Amino acid sequence: MKTDVSQSAAPPPLLAVDGLTKSFGTLKANDAVDFDIVEGEIHALLGENGAGKSTLVKMLFGSLSPDAGRILWRGRPVKIAEPSTARKLGIGMVFQHFSLFDSLTVAENIALSLEAGTPLSTVADEARRLGEAYGLTLNPHAMAGDLSVGERQRVEIIRCLLQEPSLIILDEPTSVLTPQEAERLFETLETLKGEGKAILYISHRLEEVKRMCDRATVLRHGQVVAHCDPRAETAASLAAMMVGAEVEAVRRSPADHEAAGRSRTAVLCVSALDQKPLGPFSTALRGIQLEVHAGEVFGIAGVAGNGQSELFEALSGEQLQHDPDAVIIDGTPAGRLGPNGRRRLGAAFAPEERFGHAAVAAMPLTDNILLSRHASDASAYLSGGRFAVLRHSALGRTLGRVVKAMDVRKSGENPDAATLSGGNLQKLILGREFDRQPVVFVVNQPTWGVDAGAAARIRQTLLDAANAGAGALVISQDLDELLEICDRIAVIADGEMSEPLDARTVTREQLGLLMGGAEPEKHHGVAA
Amino acid sequence: MMRVELVRRSQHSALFSAVSPLIALAITALIGAIMFAALGKSPVAALHAYFIEPLTEIWSIHELLIKATPLILIAVGLSICFLSNNWNIGAEGQFVMGAIAGSVLPVLYPGLTGPLVLPVMLVMGLAGGAAWATIPAFLKARFGTNEILSSLMLVYVAQLFLDWLVRGPWRNPEGFNFPETRSFHADAILPEMFSASGRAHYGFVFAILAALVVWFVLSRTLKGYEIRVLGESPRAGRFAGFSARRMVFFAFIVSGALAGLAGIVEVSGAIGQLRPTISPGYGFTAIIVAFLGRLNPLGIVAAGLILALSYLGGEAAQISLGVSDKVANVFQGVLLFSVLAADTLIRYRVRIVRPAPARLEPAQ
Repeated sequence: MKTDVSQSAAPPPLLAVDGLTKSFGTLKANDAVDFDIVEGEIHALLGENGAGKSTLVKMLFGSLSPDAGRILWRGRPVKIAEPSTARKLGIGMVFQHFSLFDSLTVAENIALSLEAGTPLSTVADEARRLGEAYGLTLNPHAMAGDLSVGERQRVEIIRCLLQEPSLIILDEPTSVLTPQEAERLFETLETLKGEGKAILYISHRLEEVKRMCDRATVLRHGQVVAHCDPRAETAASLAAMMVGAEVEAVRRSPADHEAAGRSRTAVLCVSALDQKPLGPFSTALRGIQLEVHAGEVFGIAGVAGNGQSELFEALSGEQLQHDPDAVIIDGTPAGRLGPNGRRRLGAAFAPEERFGHAAVAAMPLTDNILLSRHASDASAYLSGGRFAVLRHSALGRTLGRVVKAMDVRKSGENPDAATLSGGNLQKLILGREFDRQPVVFVVNQPTWGVDAGAAARIRQTLLDAANAGAGALVISQDLDELLEICDRIAVIADGEMSEPLDARTVTREQLGLLMGGAEPEKHHGVAA
Repeated sequence: MMRVELVRRSQHSALFSAVSPLIALAITALIGAIMFAALGKSPVAALHAYFIEPLTEIWSIHELLIKATPLILIAVGLSICFLSNNWNIGAEGQFVMGAIAGSVLPVLYPGLTGPLVLPVMLVMGLAGGAAWATIPAFLKARFGTNEILSSLMLVYVAQLFLDWLVRGPWRNPEGFNFPETRSFHADAILPEMFSASGRAHYGFVFAILAALVVWFVLSRTLKGYEIRVLGESPRAGRFAGFSARRMVFFAFIVSGALAGLAGIVEVSGAIGQLRPTISPGYGFTAIIVAFLGRLNPLGIVAAGLILALSYLGGEAAQISLGVSDKVANVFQGVLLFSVLAADTLIRYRVRIVRPAPARLEPAQ
């Protein structure tokens, strides 16, 4: 490593990738990808989900080996067979999904990734020193389980910096941060850049990329479609490169917004909803209060892990309430009803996790249609009375209808759900629910991990449902999405919900402050 | 250091998936041939004694059906358990408890006779097996206890309970102190189907009926759908409004009842009394039957006949070749491994990874 540093001023780029190719079966995840990154540069890797960003990064970090092509480190070809090799070269990685043990302290978590035998006190001191140097304030003795998502990310960054990398790869770093937390991350990245470190910044958030990055490499279907200077591009032109076509923006029309504002028919009414944590690291819900009106899109913003999934399960009936009146669906108290009881009242639900929650991967699509509709549409899909024999022909007809309405791309007549891409499966899941023409529709992260085309379609469908008179409750981490389609937005932070705000007048800063929980310690004090 | 990884194949061959059980049987025969060669026996003669000889005579086919009956009954129940992700390994114990419960009438009340005795015995057998299976189900649903351990441990409790009964309170008073109960009277014996040609009893009909009913439920009804959804993904099952907790009880009770029925059918049809040991491990072999039959009740009928053949073959080989009857167990074990290996290797391929150290190649 020492000899390498002396060469750092030499002309070859820090890292260059030349013709890198990786196939999975018949799918070319990376097809002759090339790009380079120099020291003191923030380089963006742009692309939709499934464009091949993760595959490329995994090859750079040694989790996958390329089928063809070369990786050049400081001008010399290297083989990176596993992550430890990458670390030895000086490549550090901050993952999108954090790998911290909740029941260990920050210092203990960091020590796990270091050579065995490093004393904990040394680790703690070093972590504190790095934290101060880069503005990553952190208490090394705090339990990881008690940290906010932003703080957890800081632990991951410090863990990465301790290896003294020359290249840092950040995978979608801001997807879990509030706007304010993201701001602090950007400052840290600027400092690192000033020290001559190279940063490979993976994101699909165009504004960030335009602001932070010196150069960008855009991937589509595994191929490099452009190397560009993001500052010279517009967000729209970057998006067009990523998607390959202009994506129409889906927006709530002012007239619909006005109409929704006048609606007074509550189709979903939640009051004083409390729920204890379901497990050691689950969030408690406290005093949730909300009303979704017919014809309205109601958004719930918040940073991941602040009670969104808990709220969803409380609304869907997967978790029951003590008080029947805590959840009222279309005028009927439903707090003691399970998912099917609530569906019979006209509610429909689409959870965040597609595989293993909203759908069963190893089952054909018709079986997945049945998953949420066997009770609410029993007369259509079941025959034989108590024997409840399945009517596969009726299921097949519904599948055909949903596929057509939502433009679901699939191979074969009735393939297993596992064969669908994330976006197509999500369209199928939402289509399955829309097909029932629900009175109220609760969705959690409807476009998470979905390509831009499918996301636009899904948002449009939510708006169509509202225009048809249904109430939609959209839980999402994507502020842009909520601002585009919602009439009112409330923020959930640490299991508590803010007052709803008018989506047309609210600012991102207001929402960001609420998402940060605006002094959560105080709440803890009151609760205790 | 070298490490071996399993990598999921992007698509697996439909043909190989379909013939996977046959591949497993072929591998088992091959390993068996090698084993016999190592024992100094002619592999051809040994395999002939094992797999062909028992099929050459009518009485022997009757014996095959007798052995296949409990295997099919138990494995059909286990298919519900395994598909719903409930690992009932204690069917052997439920078999024993079904046999004990079903034997209460003929052993304790030998004076009671008439056409109603047998149906009551069968129902008590069902109930006994179901009750024994309820214990691990309750422990799992209430305390989250691992059902593999609790159901397996209850096997030994049941076996020792039977042992104590036949040596103690249920011992035949006129039996010269042999550890066995009195022989069942005629009304308590399950009749033979074709008594002119062999001993095969109506238990085999029960087994076929059970397989057909469970096949219909699994493939055609909402209950079968519920079983499969909860087995694939409990969370998706909860979203669908199904209760995983109730499924634990359902799966254990149905499979326990079928194992209990197998127990009383075996005692009433094949043995005619209770003894310290009433099963050569049917409850465990049925696990192999269930997987060899791909957890499909119709496949299980075929698999049950094959495994029954390995029991008969073991006896035949013991007589004609003088090899230990434990060879049958070896065969069954090899077969289970082959089935699991064939299924795994059809879905995954083996990759050997040799991690290279950080290697800087010279600049060009």
